[in-house]
Amino acid sequence: MADLSTDFLGIKSPNPFWLASAPPTDKEYNVRRAFEAGWGGVVWKTLGQDPHIVNVNGPRYGAVWGADRRLLGLNNIELITDRPLDVNLREIKAVKRDYPDRAMIVSLMVPCEEQAWKDILPLVEDTGADGIELNFGCPHGMSERGMGAAVGQVPEYIEMVARWCKQNTRMPVIVKLTPNITDIRYPARAAKAGGADAVSLINTVSSITAVDLDSFSPEPSIDGKGSHGGYCGPAVKPIALNMVAEIARDAETHGLPISGIGGITTWRDAAEFIALGCGNVQVCTAAMTYGFKVVQEMAAGLSEWMDEKGYASIADFQGRAVPNVTDWQYLNLNYVAKAKIDQESCIKCGRCYAACEDTSHQAIAMSDDRVFTVKDDECVACNLCVNVCPVDGCITMEQMAAGQTDPRTGQVVSDDYANWTTHPNNPGAVKAAE
Amino acid sequence: MSNSETTPGVVPGRLADAAYKSNFDDLYGPLDAHEAVVAADRCYFCHDAPCVTACPTSIDIPLFIRQIQTGMPKAAGRTIFDQNILGGMCARVCPTDILCEGACVREAAEGKPVLIGRLQRFATDTVMDSGAHPYSRAPSTGFRVAVVGAGPAGLACAHRLAMNGHDVDLMDARPKLGGLNEYGIAAYKAPDGFAQAEVDWLMQIGGITMRTNVRLGRELALSELQDDYDAVFLGVGLAGVNALRAEGEEHDNVHDAVDFIAELRQAPDKSKIPVGRDVVVIGGGMTAVDAAVQSKLLGAETVSLVYRRDQAQMGASEHEQLHAASKGVRIITGAAPLRVLGDGVVTGVEFAYTEQGPEGLVLTDNTFHLKADQVFKAIGQRLDEAPGGLQLDGSKITVSGAGRTSLPGVWAGGDCAAGGDDLTVTAVAEGRDAAEDIHATLMGQASVAAE
Repeated sequence: MADLSTDFLGIKSPNPFWLASAPPTDKEYNVRRAFEAGWGGVVWKTLGQDPHIVNVNGPRYGAVWGADRRLLGLNNIELITDRPLDVNLREIKAVKRDYPDRAMIVSLMVPCEEQAWKDILPLVEDTGADGIELNFGCPHGMSERGMGAAVGQVPEYIEMVARWCKQNTRMPVIVKLTPNITDIRYPARAAKAGGADAVSLINTVSSITAVDLDSFSPEPSIDGKGSHGGYCGPAVKPIALNMVAEIARDAETHGLPISGIGGITTWRDAAEFIALGCGNVQVCTAAMTYGFKVVQEMAAGLSEWMDEKGYASIADFQGRAVPNVTDWQYLNLNYVAKAKIDQESCIKCGRCYAACEDTSHQAIAMSDDRVFTVKDDECVACNLCVNVCPVDGCITMEQMAAGQTDPRTGQVVSDDYANWTTHPNNPGAVKAAE
Repeated sequence: MSNSETTPGVVPGRLADAAYKSNFDDLYGPLDAHEAVVAADRCYFCHDAPCVTACPTSIDIPLFIRQIQTGMPKAAGRTIFDQNILGGMCARVCPTDILCEGACVREAAEGKPVLIGRLQRFATDTVMDSGAHPYSRAPSTGFRVAVVGAGPAGLACAHRLAMNGHDVDLMDARPKLGGLNEYGIAAYKAPDGFAQAEVDWLMQIGGITMRTNVRLGRELALSELQDDYDAVFLGVGLAGVNALRAEGEEHDNVHDAVDFIAELRQAPDKSKIPVGRDVVVIGGGMTAVDAAVQSKLLGAETVSLVYRRDQAQMGASEHEQLHAASKGVRIITGAAPLRVLGDGVVTGVEFAYTEQGPEGLVLTDNTFHLKADQVFKAIGQRLDEAPGGLQLDGSKITVSGAGRTSLPGVWAGGDCAAGGDDLTVTAVAEGRDAAEDIHATLMGQASVAAE
């Protein structure tokens, strides 16, 4: 049986699944239910200064759905906690006392003044919390007041605040990053420079989920007006994975602990974040969609997969995918594949044909009796047919063996590695030494 | 009434009143908006979709389902009506399990097709419930066309002709328009007067004058119609019923299933319809199934449907057979009637098991009796006679191309014309295509004349 426990910055939790700082962690009642359901830790919803902020009194969420109204993306315009600071602190202390084996992190957001941080840090320490997470990520509302993403978008501020916190508390400091920037490595480097123990990412992506075509108001609509919110859920996972990978493989931040966040819905999502270097993961939308019980699938699935693969602990596969993330220019141009359609599992919907014929390389043939076959002499192995096929595993990409001739190019497939940097079409190609 | 399922003889009122209501209520009922969207979400929007190929009217099914999915059921209805103006009835009566849904790739994938028929009903109901008719007529061409027979073929033909600007006289032998939609379909498939509502909605196109209670060969003569109109379309169906050619067929309580079905459809109170305690239906098509199922729904204690060939050759689809079985109809295949027993009034039927011999089906010596106080014959219909010297292909009117008969200026479609599957949807396709051919022919003549 695989050991799912993690030690992140010295903070121990029975599994790598933490609830992210968000509505599910706003109150003692919710967090107790989460711990009873099996979550390894929580990041308590962001605390701020008193007087506490207020929220809108209308819809806070907008959504994007897939087939059968499966929720794929959720956005919110909710702000940080709208309850008094002392209420939150009291509840955090009570919960941590009753669940000493679970990770209790407290998310914080106060103005960029050292005194504000000096004031709040001892109060948090007093709760017995295991660490703090600096919310430099929320893209809505608080950023207009110079906090949240407004800090996360300026590396100098990140470094400055991280340093203040490190100087004023013994608790580990996690900096939560916003994806609403052009290059995630700069804020990550700044966090590290400021002494932060870890980064967590991604926070939500600035978004408008829909426009009401009767009122012409963005959704969610408050009295006919809308404001951009923060987008999360399965739809943002690819963005998050890339940003995590960028930090994990950057020479300056390589090895900096990462708590992965962004659309994690199943054990597989979690395993992918961990494979890209994360020490644990944080979840919100999946819990908001399905309830706290989803953690049971995540833990069971991860455990079973680790057993199948022979990984005894999370550390055994953590970061295993990082060396395989590279720049495009280093991809092997001598790797040649062709799509292959398994006629047994094909249901003859013809979507591969339409996609290839209309929008790709005209590499799929369709017979009068709806047998679909790949034309190897046209197939560039783009993978579009695989992606649009409704039957998992029906179309696969098969690597051509070295020595075979690619019927599309007439070239013999080589098992040598050759990339763009040495390609003859590259004006800047590096000539091999003579 | 004190009758029950075990009362001997052919009597009405075997069931409690509430049972009639539920038994003859809408069989599947409409999908609500949520159900429709969930069902629509399952469509893969296939390329050159097999469901479209399988539809005799070639409705663009993936497109209309996508229109439902995107919240545009009226546009979806329009997509359907563009190809099939009786899409509402077809949604209710089509054997979708052997047409669109049988071809659905999700039938191949999971054994559960997209609910195309019920989605079609959702879309067409949305349009028809709005009251408005989505088509308007082209400018008048001045041509007049006689459409004889107001069943699915005639209605589809008349509508398309009127849309193209021709003036149409639509004639039918019965008191109501609709043909088999009105008189020939199990009551629970199109309850609440749907067939007439559909006719009324269709007639909103304008330019169609209707004449009822006029029959070809009685009030109408084909030669006169040819003289009086620029073109004639015959969609007269098959008014004749095949005989059993078995001894004792003339006994009382031996009926044609089509008459029973028509009577049931027209009866506002089903409890007034007498039915036997032990009913035997002879035949294997949709008519046989409709008669058998409805006998059971009227309270018959036992209903046996006997078909002379094997089950795979039954005209009724597997879905229809399962439906009959679920209602308690016993289906016996591979047996043919030898004689109808009785003494003035039917008491039973003697059958012989059949075998496939080299020369065709042969009766074996293995026989059995079924007790019966009512027998329905459903072994097919035929033309009573060839109208006005039309060439026949077997017992149906010979046609070529889009319903052209052996006489110039006369087209035919639906069950009376050779070819096709004797389905509502096939009749609609034939009526529509004949209308387009009539239109092209008349307009072609007009342009030649103008030159």
